[in-house]
Amino acid sequence: MTLLLLAEKVGLAGRLEPCDFAMETPALICLIGPNGSGKTSLLHALARIGGASGDVRIDGRRPEDLVPAERRRLLSYLPASRDIAWPLAARDLVRLGSDEDEADEAMAALELTRWAGRRVDRLSTGERSRVLIARALAPKPRLLLFDEPVANLDPLWQLRLMERLGEAVRNGQGAIVAMHDLDLAARFADRLVLMDQGAIVADGEPRTILASARLEAVFGIRKVSGEWRALSSPSSDGEGDYPKGGGGVAGSD
Amino acid sequence: MSRLPCILLALALLAAFALSLALPWPPIAALLEQDRPLALALLWELRLPRALLALAYGAMLGASGAAIQGLFANPLASPDLTGTTSGAALGAVITAYIFGFSAPLALALGAVAGALGALLLLLALAGPRAETATLLLAGLAISALAGALTTLALALAPSPFAFYDAYEWLMGSLVDRSLEQTAFAAAPALAAILLLLRLGRALDSLTLGEEVAQSFGHDVRRLRFEIVCLTAFGVGACVAICGAIGFVGLVAPIFARRLTGGHPGRAIAPAALIGGLLLLAADLVVRSAPLGRTLPIGVVTALLGAPFFLWLVAHMRWRLAR
Repeated sequence: MTLLLLAEKVGLAGRLEPCDFAMETPALICLIGPNGSGKTSLLHALARIGGASGDVRIDGRRPEDLVPAERRRLLSYLPASRDIAWPLAARDLVRLGSDEDEADEAMAALELTRWAGRRVDRLSTGERSRVLIARALAPKPRLLLFDEPVANLDPLWQLRLMERLGEAVRNGQGAIVAMHDLDLAARFADRLVLMDQGAIVADGEPRTILASARLEAVFGIRKVSGEWRALSSPSSDGEGDYPKGGGGVAGSD
Repeated sequence: MSRLPCILLALALLAAFALSLALPWPPIAALLEQDRPLALALLWELRLPRALLALAYGAMLGASGAAIQGLFANPLASPDLTGTTSGAALGAVITAYIFGFSAPLALALGAVAGALGALLLLLALAGPRAETATLLLAGLAISALAGALTTLALALAPSPFAFYDAYEWLMGSLVDRSLEQTAFAAAPALAAILLLLRLGRALDSLTLGEEVAQSFGHDVRRLRFEIVCLTAFGVGACVAICGAIGFVGLVAPIFARRLTGGHPGRAIAPAALIGGLLLLAADLVVRSAPLGRTLPIGVVTALLGAPFFLWLVAHMRWRLAR
């Protein structure tokens, strides 16, 4: 059987240690980890950006072997940055990666039709985020690689986007999504991958990962009565030693 | 790009080209009656090279300006503001006045090397996707350095007339070039434009950022290398024959993107047409100026282009301040 995604020894010099990664059947995998833990680097390595090493096969095909027109049917990468180099109309931006019908469909799905003719630099950051998400969803590739897609979205659209990703998975697409909202990730993901210092340190069921000591150690936070709270030090135990005055999260080990 | 502006642009270009051959009309009309072969020779050997050079050089400036602006993601990047034309002029001056090679091929090679050096220095100084200020400062520094070195080369040249000799050429001129010289500028320009047109799609995808363009499968480093080399090749060859002409490479792409809905890559073709049209028009201004002598065409493009550049800077500042 051909796996949807099989990545062997993928790495990025100085940012991501070579690692193996696989998605057998369509699933929503959320990458979690503190700033600088390697989430973006793993997405880059899978999307073959920036001189990534190792071997990636999506549906058994190497992205490097494909011309751009075929490659965009295989994978789609959404960067965390919402910057656009030129003030194109929203519709034209979405069409950069797909044909007209697909672009219109993706814009309708994200309720962007009425902004279609508007220049992207005249949209709010949240609206621009949705335009860029529509761009990434439009060609309906086998694998979606999204970096912090819910950043800048209001609560309603955060939920709608996660539902939309779930729908994509039910339609046979795979999705790997880096995000910081652990609750949202746990609620919608089929699998959570925890990263720290450029390496995958845990990978499994959302509930298991969220309750693991590893997560506490990596993030320096713990869930107490339904609320995330900062630990004073990643290795310390007990409820008494939260930092005074709501201080910042201690650095990971 | 919609069809109507494209047709209008092509018609305007044809009209400007025809006017460029026909104007001033009275001497041609008189000659056609008295000495037909001489009239045709005048058209063929004087006016045709001039019109072809204006078309080719303008188109090259427009196309490379569009490509450079797309590459740097900056509407203020252009062959002249990045120091490319000054670098090319320096290369040609050193070839001609220090090494003493004045054949068109040698001049073209010297100018291409100079242009390439300037663009590579710019990439090293400002980085591939520079902020406007960094880009302009680096371009200014390179232009100033190339200008100073050009003056130095002319001062050190064995010929005491080097300054006088080079003055008209340095200011940019299309006058009295032979068909052979025209070919040395127009052929590389045409080749470079055709090759730049292939890169339009990759440049358009660069609108979404380098990472997305890479995820599409475009090799951004190679794209950068190709644009730099093609610009140096085409602009260098034109500068070797006609000297440095400014602002066309800045203005043409800005108008062209208005026709392509802002797409930087798709703007290469219309920018080439607009560039050709602008330089033909500037040359028509040169011919019809009632001064009794020929103005360097580079002076005309600078006089028209510099206010536009200032407006653009003010406009960008105003937009940022909003």
